[in-house]
Formats: sequence, structure tokens, C-alpha cells
Amino acid sequence: MQDKRVSFKGLWLPAALLAPQLAITAVFFLWPASQAIYQSVLRQDAFGLSVKFVGLENFADLIVDPSYLNSVKVTLVFSAATTVLAMGLALLFAVAADRVLRGATVYKTLVIWPYAVAPVLAGVLWWLMFNPTIGVLAYALSYLGMDWNHLLSGSHAMTLIVVAAAWKQISYNFVFFIAGLQSIPRSMLEAGAIDGAGPVKRFFTITLPLLSPTTFFLIVVNLVYAFFDTFGIVHATTTGGPGQATNILVYKVYSDGFIGLNLGSSAAQSVILMVFVMVLTVIQFRYIERRVHY
Amino acid sequence: MASVTLSDVGKIYPGGVEAVKSIDLEIADGSLCVLVGPSGCGKSTLLRMVAGLETVTGGTVSIDGAPVNDREPAERDIAMVFQNYALYPHMSVYDNMAYGLRNRGTAKPEIDRKVREAARLLAIEPMLQRKPRQLSGGQRQRVAMGRAIVRDPKVFLFDEPLSNLDAKLRVQMRIELKRLQQRLGTTSIYVTHDQLEAMTLADLLVVMNGGEIEQIGTAMEVYERPQTTFVASFIGSPPMNLVPAAVADGVLRLTDSAAQVTLPADRRGLSGAVIVGVRPEDLRIDGGSETGGAETLAFPVTVTGVEPIGAESLLHSQTESGADVTVRLPGYAVHAAGAAMTLAAPAGKLHLFSADTGRRL
Amino acid sequence: MVERRPFLTVLTHLTLILGVAFVALPVWIAFVASTHGAHDFISGLMPLWPGDQMVKNYWQVLSQGESTAGAPPIGLMLFNSSVMALGIAVGKIAVSLLSAFAIVYFRFPFRIAAFWVIFLTLMLPVEVRILPTFEVAASLGLLNSYSGLILPLIASATATFLFRQVFLTIPEELAEASRIDGAGPMKFFRDILIPLSRTNIAALFVILFIYGWNQYLWPLLVTTDASHYTAVMGIQRMVAVPDSEPLWHLIMATAILAMLPPVLVILVMQRLFVRGLIEQEK
Repeated sequence: MQDKRVSFKGLWLPAALLAPQLAITAVFFLWPASQAIYQSVLRQDAFGLSVKFVGLENFADLIVDPSYLNSVKVTLVFSAATTVLAMGLALLFAVAADRVLRGATVYKTLVIWPYAVAPVLAGVLWWLMFNPTIGVLAYALSYLGMDWNHLLSGSHAMTLIVVAAAWKQISYNFVFFIAGLQSIPRSMLEAGAIDGAGPVKRFFTITLPLLSPTTFFLIVVNLVYAFFDTFGIVHATTTGGPGQATNILVYKVYSDGFIGLNLGSSAAQSVILMVFVMVLTVIQFRYIERRVHY
Repeated sequence: MASVTLSDVGKIYPGGVEAVKSIDLEIADGSLCVLVGPSGCGKSTLLRMVAGLETVTGGTVSIDGAPVNDREPAERDIAMVFQNYALYPHMSVYDNMAYGLRNRGTAKPEIDRKVREAARLLAIEPMLQRKPRQLSGGQRQRVAMGRAIVRDPKVFLFDEPLSNLDAKLRVQMRIELKRLQQRLGTTSIYVTHDQLEAMTLADLLVVMNGGEIEQIGTAMEVYERPQTTFVASFIGSPPMNLVPAAVADGVLRLTDSAAQVTLPADRRGLSGAVIVGVRPEDLRIDGGSETGGAETLAFPVTVTGVEPIGAESLLHSQTESGADVTVRLPGYAVHAAGAAMTLAAPAGKLHLFSADTGRRL
Repeated sequence: MVERRPFLTVLTHLTLILGVAFVALPVWIAFVASTHGAHDFISGLMPLWPGDQMVKNYWQVLSQGESTAGAPPIGLMLFNSSVMALGIAVGKIAVSLLSAFAIVYFRFPFRIAAFWVIFLTLMLPVEVRILPTFEVAASLGLLNSYSGLILPLIASATATFLFRQVFLTIPEELAEASRIDGAGPMKFFRDILIPLSRTNIAALFVILFIYGWNQYLWPLLVTTDASHYTAVMGIQRMVAVPDSEPLWHLIMATAILAMLPPVLVILVMQRLFVRGLIEQEK
């Protein structure tokens, strides 16, 4: 940990300064997290009258529960598709915006504002676009001979939430890709041009490799986003359906806990997600540390 | 006005590194003391201990006779000028200078009077309302000085205050700083790694190395009678030439060479391995007629290069034993690399140091 | 660099125009929907050009809300959203500034431990621990209150780390100079650190305002009473009306109003926003 050479003395002042943060952390983070771990080893009977200790049984049940495994699969497909779509389009737009000489600022402004749109609103907007009766896209797709109905088709529903989730995240990725592109020294591209590489070749041999730290950072962020921040999209549009086709893990934690009232299982799912987030955070932290050492 | 006394002052960092070892130093009221040495020699640490920015782990720092080891920097009545000036970037020049006075509860009209007086002294009056980033390097330096002098402290502490300036401005500010210090008559401690700056500024020059004091004296004392080979090679540019030699029966003979000289009467008692030092300006090229003798040490060298620097030229060469020797020649000298020649120095200009301890003999 | 490839330039602009269109299309459609009457959405393709019911629709959601769905007037929800967003932004910044100051500028026992406790929270988004967090909030009587909406979300490691990073880049000599100038810790904090961090504070404020405004799951859980609904979560109540066609024109008017404040914040403070976003990476 980096340190300042100078420091102030005292014990009560720093304690007082830290108190608000530590208090909130303890009450709303550590206590609930430990509760989740505690509940994950308990099981309530159907009427919530008795509770008994079951060890890791909740976890064991999850691993063989087809609906949980389905949810894992759905989440993986959803987050991979969202990440690829959101990052791919953002990179495309960023490279284009970095190239244009005129109007770059206007383009940038017009691309970044959806960051401010809440995921749930993104879901509602695309829900209208894809609405089987009146939606613009559903109408257009029917012209192409496709009978769109995300209320019946699982893959249609998945497409809906992927598009909505990616649409909102493009702006975020775009900002970072632009920053990454701008930090690539012009002289390197000029050297590439003198060496006879055309724009496309320069992009793949110089720009893309030099963007890899940004890309890596964004992959982690996009995965976390797709895993957790997209709850609203699912909740407002597909509610996990049809037939569990869009029942992503974070939605399942919520529906099993609040609607199904299966506290033990929901807590076990929470714990698994926590472990997953920790792994991602550690990966990201290591990457940041490595960058700092440059 | 105050004197500063360091007795047996030492600093051991928590990691066990001993940055400063048992320093004794007495700085008289109103004098400008310069601590000079290579980086890592402990000079800044020593200054920061006087400032109260580092705790003193051994000995006593006294200002005006009173020990201040346990006093906060603000309670020591000192002011400091930092290498990067440490001006508060969000405050105007005026506020930068007034901040310390305000914190002390000085009355507003008094603050205003002091700030304007200091600004006049430093010729920065037109800039009082500007922010530091709107100033040039030299102007920032003046503001940093201004912040120190408005407080009218007992002691000024300067931590390499000129090293962020370009060469020309550095010389100009050096002269101004010396004049200002003499005019105010405030006791000052000045840290630098630049020996030229040290020599031109110092009333009292302290050469430090490895956490210890190598020599204390006036600039000319230190230049003319360096007490150790370290001081000899640190003070003066280009540095003093140091060549291994041996003394026997009052005669000095260079290692691996036939060159020899009879030492002056007062040094005939020496014997054994020594290091002989000679300043570049005390050497001349020998016509070839002399091969040494009673009064002059003459020795053959091979030229490795010549650097013309305007009014004079520096001739670089190597002795038979492989020691580098630099000669200061007037005007524009032309000598081909690889040429052989003989250099000569009068016996009275030779400095002798023990080969074991590096101390002056 | 001299590079004349007109085709590539045209392609570049085309890509960007398509990108802008892709980004703007859903919002345009939503806006169009919000300007028509209910009868325009019964069947077939919805209208693609604004209608004449805009004032009426917006007036209705602002003043009455959608009574059938039990949603309050959006005026109230927008107010609640503002309170929540401002509370989270201000609270988080205040809490984080203080703790970062303590961690960077003081030496005290358990400093490293405190650092790690805060670091842990970096790993736990509210979504993964909703149920127990809800139980804690319920047992503290925080349901249906502004403190319930705000407090659980104001401790986060990201802001603390950001300020720690900012403080670490402030030259040591400034702290030393202020010490020599007789400033104590809190005076240094107020006179030097805060003014020097103000751009970072402003940038973070933009990000946190949007973050707070767009919270969904948490307000959904802690507000059961319509008087504390926020705009972003209120929309779900309108969407999830069982056994009836959604009232598209009112839903979309609400959606437009709910996204307007944060979008305006981004457009007006674009520079700060981009800066705030990028700083979080560090």
C-alpha cells in the first residue's frame, strides 16, 4: 500500500473520520453478507415455523437443480452475448469517432448519453420496439418473414434483453475505448504508416494490441454489469420467462427469495454470486496493480 | 534572529536505515549555512529535522538555545522554501503568502502590510492576485520566498530551492537570494547538491556524505584545504585530480611511474601509500625539458580528449597507472587524442591524502 | 498524417450515423408513443411520427399518474428520485472524503484492517445480498423512508479509493508547507485537500447522481408505499398491470420524464462525466 511520507498523529480523529463509512459498511454490507452465509446453511420448513442446520446441503441441491443449472447457462449466454455486442459496437463507433476530423464532438455526445438511461428504462424502450402487436421491430421482422414473439419464444426473449442490455452499455464502453484510442501515441501509427501498413492493417497490428488493457478492463466491467445491473431489464420485461428462458442468476436470487420464499436456497445462491464477484474483483485488482507498475 | 545548534543529531528510519549519524553543528545568528553533498547523503533529512517534518531519533536540535525536538513545525518559528515551491495551487499569490499569518491569528491590516512589503521586496506586487499556475518558474520561486519572509521567522530553511529553474535564472536567483538573506539577516540553512551554488552562497559550508559531515568551513577553506578525498572530488568543477602515489624519504613517487618530486620541508616526515591530489588549474603542459625535480612534479600522460568551453579548454588524459587527469588550459587548445605529453605541477600545490582513510595528511 | 481515402471517410461517417440512429431510435419511438392517444396502440404498427396528445399525456402523468396501476403522479416520483440521487451523491462523497483522508494522512493501529474492510465492499454489489440487506433495513425501520433509500447505498469502496488516489497524487510538500504554516489536520483538509479535489468531487458527483437516480432493485424492495416510489422503479408498476394492455402513451411519457434529468446532467456536464467515469478505472 502506497504511503504518504508525512502524516498526522492521533487516534480519535482518524477513528471519527472513518466511523461513518465503517458503520454503514458494517450494518449494510458485512452484517447482511454474513447473514447470507449463515442462512445458506439453514433450511426452513414450508410454513417458516422451524429452521434446521443443513450444512452444505443447499449448495449440493443447487448443483443438481435443473432450474439452477438452466439459470447458470442462461446467464452465461446472456452475459457473453451482451458483452460481445456492447463492446463490439462500442469499439466500432469509437474507432470511427476517433477517425473523423469534423463533428467528432457531436458524434461523441450523441453516443454517450444512453449511459444515463436506467437499465429498466432501456428494457421498457426495447420492450415497446419488440412488442408483437405494435412494435416497430416486430413489424419489420414480420416483413422478413419472422414471426416475432418474445412472450412465446425463449430465444426471442433472450434477444430482447441482450439488445436492451447492450444498448445501454455501449456508451460506457465507448467512453473508455475513445480514451484508450486517444492514449495511443500518434507517432506509433505514423511509424506504422511509414512502414507501409494501411489503415486496416494498422488497426489490427497496432491499435488493437495497444488497446488490450482497456479491452480487458471492459470485459470484467461488462460481465459484472450483465450479471448484476441488468436485473431491472428482466424484471420489467420478461420476468425470467418464457419458461425460464431469461431467468438470469440475479433474478433467480430475487424470485426464489422474495416470491418463492425459499430463503436457504436464495442465500446459497447469493453466496455463490458473492464468490463470483470476489473472483472478478481480484482479477481486476491485479490488473490495475499491474498497470500502476508501468 | 537566532542561532541553530545541532548536537549529536541522528536519524534512524523505522526500517533501520541510518540516514544521519551523530551530527554536531553550530550555525551562528544571521549566517547562511549551506549543506551540500550527493543525493542520499542525509542533507535533506537533516534540514527536515530542523523543520520538524522528521522526528529526531538521537541528539538535540536547538533554535536560539531552546531544544525544539518535540515541537510541531508551526511552533518552531521557521519558514521553509521547497524544491517544488509547494505553493497552494488554488490560492492566489496573496493568499499563499497570507495563509500562515492567518492561521496564527494575525490581524488583517497587519497581514496586508506584511504581504505587500514582502511583495515589494521581491518585485511580485503586480502578481498578487494571480494563481501560481499563471506564473513563470522564477516568479513562483519568488512567491515561495515571499511566503517564507512574510512570517519573519527565526530561521529560513531552503530545500534545493533553485534546482527547478533553468541554468540562467538559477544564477540570477542565487545572487538575489544571497542579497536578500544578507539584507534580512535571518539565520538560514540551505540544502543543495550543486557545489557551485553551495560555494557562492555559503557563509558556512558543510559537506556531507553518507549521513556524516566530511568538512565544515568557509567556501575557500574547503576549496583550498579539502580534508578528505571525498571533499576534494566533490567541491570544484572539474574536480580535483586524484592519483595514487607513495612517499619515501621525503620523496613522492607516482605509482607505476618514474615521476617523482621532493616534498616541501614541512611534509618530509610522511611515508607510505598516499593519494596525491592536484587541481586542474594547478597543472600545466610541460615543454619536455623538465623531467621532475625538487620543485615540480612532472609526469607523462596520454591525451584522451579536449573539450573547448570558450575562455578555456579542458584537457582529459590518463596517467601510466590509468588514473584520469584533467587539466584546465587557457584559450582554445588543440591536442589530438592519443598524443603523449608531460604534465607538471608545483610541489606546493599538491594535496596529500592517506590511501587508507582518505584523510588529508 | 496525409492519408487520402475518401471511401474510408464516407464509411466512417456512415458508421457513426448508424450508431447514433441505433442509440436514438428507441428513445424516438418512446417519445412518439408518448404523444398519441391510447386508441393509436390497439393493433398494427404504432405511429412513427409525433401526434397531438403530448401536452395532455404529460400533464396527466405529472398531475395524476396512472391511477389504475396505483402509481402516484410522476411529479412526486421525480421528487423522490431527486432526493435519493442527491442524498446518495452527497452522502457518498462526504463519507468517502472523510475515510480517504483518514486512510491516507494518518497512521493509526488497524489502518490496514480498515482499508480491507472497505475494500470488501467493493466486491459486494447490493444485488447479491438483497434479501439480508432488506431484512436489516426492515428491522431498523427504514422501509418507506428516504434514509432507507439512501443509507444502504452510500458506503462504497469505489469513491473512497478514488479519493485515496487523488490524495496520493497531491504533493507531499503541500501538506508540509501547510504544517509549517500552522494548519492542523482538519484545517488542511478544508483549506487544501477539498479545494484541490473539487474537480474530482464534481466529476464523481455527476456519476453518483446518475447512479442514484437509476437505482431500481433497492427502491423496489424498500418502498411498499406509493408515496416513496422513485420514477425509475415506478415505471415497473405501470408496466406490470395484469390482464390488460399496457397504457403505452402514459408509460412512455413517464419513461421519457424519468430519463430526462440524468440525460440532461450528462449532456450539460459531458466533460465532467467522462472524467468521472474514466477516473473510476484507476
